[in-house]
Amino acid sequence: MRECRVHRTGDLFGQFQTLEQQKETAALGMWIFLATEVLFFGGMFLTYTINRHFYFTAFGIGSNTLDIKLGGFNTVVLILSSLTMAMAVWSAQTGKKKLVTGFLIATLSLGTVFLGVKVIEYKQKFDHHLIPGHGFDMTYRSSHPTPADDPREIAAEKEEVEKAFASDLDTNAHAQLYFSLYFAMTGLHALHMIVGAGLLVWLIKESFRGRFSPQYNTPVEIVGFYWHFVDIVWIYLFPLLYLIDRHR
Amino acid sequence: MPDTHYLNATYGYGIRTWLLTTDHKRIALLYLCSVTVFFFIGGVLATMIRIHLLTPGGALVTPETYNKLFTMHGVAMIFFFLIPSIPAVLGNFLIPLMIGAKDLAFPKINLLSWYIYIIGGCFVLYSFGTGGLDTGWTFYTPLSSVYSNSAVTPAVVGIFINGFSSILTGLNFIVTIHTMRAPGMTWFRLPLFAWAHYATSLVMILGTPVIAITLLLAGLERMFHLGFFNPALGGDPILFQHLFWFYSHPAVYIMVLPAMGVVSEIIPTFARKPIFGYSFIAGSSIAIAVIGFLVWAHHMFVTGESTYAALTFSFLSYLVAIPSAVKVFNWTATLYKGSISWDPPMVYALGFIGLFVIGGLTGLFLACLGLDIHIHDTYFVVAHFHYIMVGGAVMGYVGGLHFWWPKITGRLYPDSLSRFAAVILFVGFNLTFFPQFILGYLGMPRRYHTYPPEFQVLNVLSTAGASILALGYLLPMVYLAWSMRYGKVAGPNPWPATGLEWKTDSPPPTENFHVTPEVTWEPYDYNSRPDLGLAAGKPLAPAHGDD
Repeated sequence: MRECRVHRTGDLFGQFQTLEQQKETAALGMWIFLATEVLFFGGMFLTYTINRHFYFTAFGIGSNTLDIKLGGFNTVVLILSSLTMAMAVWSAQTGKKKLVTGFLIATLSLGTVFLGVKVIEYKQKFDHHLIPGHGFDMTYRSSHPTPADDPREIAAEKEEVEKAFASDLDTNAHAQLYFSLYFAMTGLHALHMIVGAGLLVWLIKESFRGRFSPQYNTPVEIVGFYWHFVDIVWIYLFPLLYLIDRHR
Repeated sequence: MPDTHYLNATYGYGIRTWLLTTDHKRIALLYLCSVTVFFFIGGVLATMIRIHLLTPGGALVTPETYNKLFTMHGVAMIFFFLIPSIPAVLGNFLIPLMIGAKDLAFPKINLLSWYIYIIGGCFVLYSFGTGGLDTGWTFYTPLSSVYSNSAVTPAVVGIFINGFSSILTGLNFIVTIHTMRAPGMTWFRLPLFAWAHYATSLVMILGTPVIAITLLLAGLERMFHLGFFNPALGGDPILFQHLFWFYSHPAVYIMVLPAMGVVSEIIPTFARKPIFGYSFIAGSSIAIAVIGFLVWAHHMFVTGESTYAALTFSFLSYLVAIPSAVKVFNWTATLYKGSISWDPPMVYALGFIGLFVIGGLTGLFLACLGLDIHIHDTYFVVAHFHYIMVGGAVMGYVGGLHFWWPKITGRLYPDSLSRFAAVILFVGFNLTFFPQFILGYLGMPRRYHTYPPEFQVLNVLSTAGASILALGYLLPMVYLAWSMRYGKVAGPNPWPATGLEWKTDSPPPTENFHVTPEVTWEPYDYNSRPDLGLAAGKPLAPAHGDD
């Protein structure tokens, strides 16, 4: 094909005049995309907030079934991954080519650890019949304890669930709403993590080829923006889902 | 015609050179073809609705089918025609040309947005083809998420996907206008078309994600029996309405702001005068986009919201009228003592002003809390928003196509025939929708498949108008298609107009300009641009004779 697109010279795409303009454009594009993302998550945060306000007790017992140790661990993992991502951007800007690859791999590994822990947490919810749908049963765990469970914890949960049912006959439905939102919000967040992991794989491939230099490191920088944004979403999700009305 | 231009700049005219193109001009034409298909589908459905309403008992279909007809008409027209029409076709083609850039900032994302549109469109067509859907284009829950037995899920998936096409287009426009302007193209030398698209893009990137997440939640609710918006499971249907209208009211401005941009280009060109109040027109576009985000709950005055909320939203809705009126007064002031020529785009633009004024003023009736209780959910509302969306947005779109057709194809279309089509469109439109104002005021509810016999005269008038309107749309399709091959060669600047897009060949080369242009003049400066061959205050001979 002849002249069917505006041509690219080296790292400079044809529609731009200078690398500087190209970089500024890419960064602005990512910022605007993140503004869209804020509103995208925003609709769900609003739905969560309103229902949390309506059904405070039911949402509270939902929160208490989450494993705060795993959640807390994941929060630390994600914050660390933001640090390694920032280091990757810094290494690219200062021309430390080997370090770029190393930090990108570290970021990807931490992201994978986060997703792995999320799988464990989701599996617990399956085991405890806390998946929204016909099998949903808020009382299942306290009435079917396994030998591995701490009896004191089971007793505390039983008491709490009974108290909630006494004040709200529809606790099951309202707690189910909590879990619907829990899975929708963390699921969408995990989906963003998976997309981010895909981008990281691509960056690692490119950085092995030594593509990133102090002159050209736009992809590392804008994937960095995205990665930090996904982390920040978790920084909001963690207290909202795990910490409010936490008493066990 | 230039030897090489964007249409023939590849070996042959093969389909691959189109489907894999990243040229914003070619992508605009891809969009032109696909939105026309959806316009045609929506138009056929509208025709069936109007035929059905010829008799009080309903002349054509069963009540269930009638529900599907108006739903599918709304979905096809709003999400797949009106929202992409001007931005994705004219905006895509013109914004880089108008600001002196070689392409949009992200050409590949631009192509991606077209593919997303097509994938979303396929899902929706699948829904139409497998029984259709009957929820109304508003998808109110729990009807859409629990009770409807029609093909709601694929339609919701399709609209969800299509939203990202809109977001990416908006993102591309904002970034392009920020970083891709030619030397000397300052913010206040930008064409008002670009300002209008900037405002539209703000709505696209900030509103569309909200409907995306809302439809995602409603879709999950339908597929997995969740309860976000279902009162039987503790959810809140009013929340759905708030989230839905948070996008869908600003969406009206996605449709009409670009049309206002088109009119702001056409009016000074054919009045041969600098536009009156440039900065006010530019600012009013942004004001409409901003205030437009704060009025959504006026769709819910009778849904049970607090009096104070209703008062606030009523007040804010009145407030949108101010920037809208600023535009209309500025256009009128531009016409004043101008040397007006009646070229076809001008006829469309004047038609736009007439219809938009009626549509806008009746919007004030609906923003009034007391009156809204009487006319809510009646044909008054139907007439009002058709005046804005069809009378405003579609008139602007067709007018814009006529204005820039010589730039897009390098050829002119028959002059008298196109002026005649514009008049037909105006007359047909008024005959179709004006009776609906009266019907609504008399109490005929919208979305009913039957009506009392005393409403028949007005309904027959409306259907008769619709047939004239259909002719008004078919005529341009025919002669514009004809002109692509047989029209007179236009030359770079047939009208002539001041914009940067008229400084390059028609059709433009792939890279838009042979040399990067440098802007040294103010916008719409018809008084001191000797290069246009205009003597100030003197009427010009038409650019082309009567064909």
